[in-house]
Amino acid sequence: MSEPIVSTKTNIAVWLTLLVLTGVTAGVAFVDLGPLNTIVALVIATFKALLVVLIFMHVKYTSEKLVKVVVISAVFFLLLLLGLSLADYTTRLLM
Amino acid sequence: MADSPIAVEHHNPALKHHFANMEQQREASSLGMWLFLATEIMFFGGMFCAYLIYRYWYFPDFAAASKSLDITLGAVNTAVLICSSLTVVMAVRAAQLGKRQEQVVYLALTLVLGLAFLGIKGVEWTSKFKEHHIPGPTFNFEGSVPGHPDQPVDQHHAQLFFSLYFAMTGMHALHMIIGVGIFSYLLYHAWKGKYTPEYHTPLENSGLYWHFVDIVWIYLFPLLYLIDRKK
Amino acid sequence: MATAALTAERENYLNQEYGIKSWLLTVDHKRIALLYLLSITFFFFIGGFFALLIRLELLTPAGDLVQADTYNKLFTMHGQVMVFFFLIPSIPAVLGNFLVPLMIGAKDLAFPRINLLSWYLYIIAGVLMLHCMLTGGVDTGWTFYTPFSTAFSNTKVIEAGLAIFISGFSSILTGLNFVVTIHRMRAPGMTWNRLPLFIWAHYATSIIQLLGTPVIAVTLVLVVLERALHLGIFDPTRGGDPLLFQHLFWFYSHPAVYIMILPAMGVVTEIVPCFARKRIFGYQFVAMSSIGIAVLGFLVWAHHMFVAGISLYAALIFSALSYLVAVPSAIKVFNWTATMYKGSITFSTPMLYAFGFVGLFTMGGLTGLFLAALGIDVHVTDTYFVIAHFHYIMVGGAVMGYLGGMHFWWPKISGRMYPESLGRLAALIVFLGFNLTFFPQFILGYLGMPRRYWQYPPEFQVLNVLSTAGSTILAVGYLLPMVYFLWSMRYGKVAPDNPWGASGLEWMTPSPPPTFNFDAPPVVDWEAYDYEHIPAPQEARSGG
Repeated sequence: MSEPIVSTKTNIAVWLTLLVLTGVTAGVAFVDLGPLNTIVALVIATFKALLVVLIFMHVKYTSEKLVKVVVISAVFFLLLLLGLSLADYTTRLLM
Repeated sequence: MADSPIAVEHHNPALKHHFANMEQQREASSLGMWLFLATEIMFFGGMFCAYLIYRYWYFPDFAAASKSLDITLGAVNTAVLICSSLTVVMAVRAAQLGKRQEQVVYLALTLVLGLAFLGIKGVEWTSKFKEHHIPGPTFNFEGSVPGHPDQPVDQHHAQLFFSLYFAMTGMHALHMIIGVGIFSYLLYHAWKGKYTPEYHTPLENSGLYWHFVDIVWIYLFPLLYLIDRKK
Repeated sequence: MATAALTAERENYLNQEYGIKSWLLTVDHKRIALLYLLSITFFFFIGGFFALLIRLELLTPAGDLVQADTYNKLFTMHGQVMVFFFLIPSIPAVLGNFLVPLMIGAKDLAFPRINLLSWYLYIIAGVLMLHCMLTGGVDTGWTFYTPFSTAFSNTKVIEAGLAIFISGFSSILTGLNFVVTIHRMRAPGMTWNRLPLFIWAHYATSIIQLLGTPVIAVTLVLVVLERALHLGIFDPTRGGDPLLFQHLFWFYSHPAVYIMILPAMGVVTEIVPCFARKRIFGYQFVAMSSIGIAVLGFLVWAHHMFVAGISLYAALIFSALSYLVAVPSAIKVFNWTATMYKGSITFSTPMLYAFGFVGLFTMGGLTGLFLAALGIDVHVTDTYFVIAHFHYIMVGGAVMGYLGGMHFWWPKISGRMYPESLGRLAALIVFLGFNLTFFPQFILGYLGMPRRYWQYPPEFQVLNVLSTAGSTILAVGYLLPMVYFLWSMRYGKVAPDNPWGASGLEWMTPSPPPTFNFDAPPVVDWEAYDYEHIPAPQEARSGG
């Protein structure tokens, strides 16, 4: 079988990191960083999501490129939806 | 595919007739699950798109409405889901190593954590109901824009926030309920000893689904609860 | 090929089991394809019935056959039935279901039970839609535009929305099954560059089904929630933006056009080399243009909203991006033409449909360029010009492709030949009827006749009469194949394994194929469309 067996140690480490980051994201929301608040929150969320995808969902260990392609293309098309919609909303008031 | 491995692998009762071997079957199911998750990304993506646009338009009102959510309950629920992701991972690992007892324990824990999440969510929704924060004719939101005590919140825009809040958390909760159903099924079959190191695809794929639902919440938590807490 | 007499008796997917249960519980992709064939034909005639009522109403300028409210429901339900219950499942769920495993040398699709599930979802959705139509119908237009659909229409919006939501799941599961099957189930030696281009087209289609359909699903859920639970996401009186609905709707519904046309392109790409006896010109370009259309199709949706109030800057971007889709589409047309060049062409029925497809698709595509241009779009938006344009794509393109494919693979599906001369006659009737119906609508639209009205000024009557006359001819053209296909199942000549001398694995197994498709697992060691090495068929060219 080509599927990976991840060690308990790694799993626990990821779990702890995720918990700590949840605390950090909640705490940093009360600190005034200006417009950076949103960016920090999203960066932390994305980092957490990446940890889950890569380790809990085994994407880091899989030899299968296809899974990575599927994940990346789904995110790409989501960004297309968001980006091209915003192309309208951010420029409407300029008219 | 050559003939000989087919004959050997046919002994595994879980192998379906149209696959050449277990490896092919497992890879097909896994790819199927990932494609399904891709559709889920787009499904939630539609709502994230709506959220993004209205938050961009009505930021002060969204910040005020977001502040009325209970950050403690939200953070606790995030932690609950992260713990459940860990128990899922451990259940899959137990199946890979052929430890039935452990599998059952971790699956049961996952179920408990999933139900705990839904319970906390229920408490939050109930309080929203009492505060008249449910969109519709009775909607009423009192408060001012963060940092501007004399500027009242626009009722309509606050209502828009709660429309999105209920649509997004509602859809997420629906996924959790489906997940709880799936994991009850898995628990029963794990108890019966169905999942072995050779065959545990259902467990693996359901795990992927559970993690995905977790990831959606990882984004929902800061986007809904933490828009602007600093003032 | 001399086994014609033998094939009639041998065991195949049709005669292996009998009885209604053996059909309703089947997991055989070929039987599920036939279940789909029956169901979509049913909905095709329902949608066609609405179309005929629309055309009859428009025979005269006055609103005499139906009133405005009824007319609104007629065009709404015509659109919803034809788009979601006929065109989107048509080629993928019938021909794709039947052929994808056969063409790649697999025993079945990767998930046979999910395949059956998606048929049942389609049926549940269909029953809900029928119930909705019989108990009052919907009048929002097939597009469900807000705020009319959420706040004003007092027709059955929720029911229709849910029906389409469920049919969307059916479509998603079909696409998912195809992608996994094409990746994981190919026979040894069936490399990506040896795949029939029909498979490439279905692969591209499936990508759209997977990534686009969920967005319309969630959008319809939000519309339903807004009607049922007073959420306000698209409600302008509460700060919501109705245009957001249009963005989300067209994010799926524009690519959905490619769900309809790409499989038809795949069909034509199989037919043209076979009846020109030549290898397809530029295999890789045709394959990549399918993927290109699928991806670029996601970048152009707001060209449906140029006059709706989106920003001019966004409109410029979407207009420019819309032109890009013309590139892969044109590549395909040039490649089909180049394949025919100096080929030894036979004018068999499938080839006639393929000719029809290329011509009509080209017209539909070129008029699409008019609509992508901002200035002209303002002039013809919401006129019959738009109606004519998308019917050239969807009916002239997708339905022609579907009929061509049905004729091409009918011997494989049923094991019988259809009467060739009747087939050619029907193809001709469809082509003439189609053009008579829809060409006048280009002129009507350019002269300014708006869509979705039950009355019109008298000066438009001549062209409308022509259009209505054409639609009755078209109806005859659609009924004919149904009659002779049914006839051929009993009286048609028994089909040989490969009546057209075509390339591809599906022609190397008996007609009709055995339940597990191949007597021995195939191994591929030749290139696709190897027509230099395939003898032209000895028989079955002249039927009738």
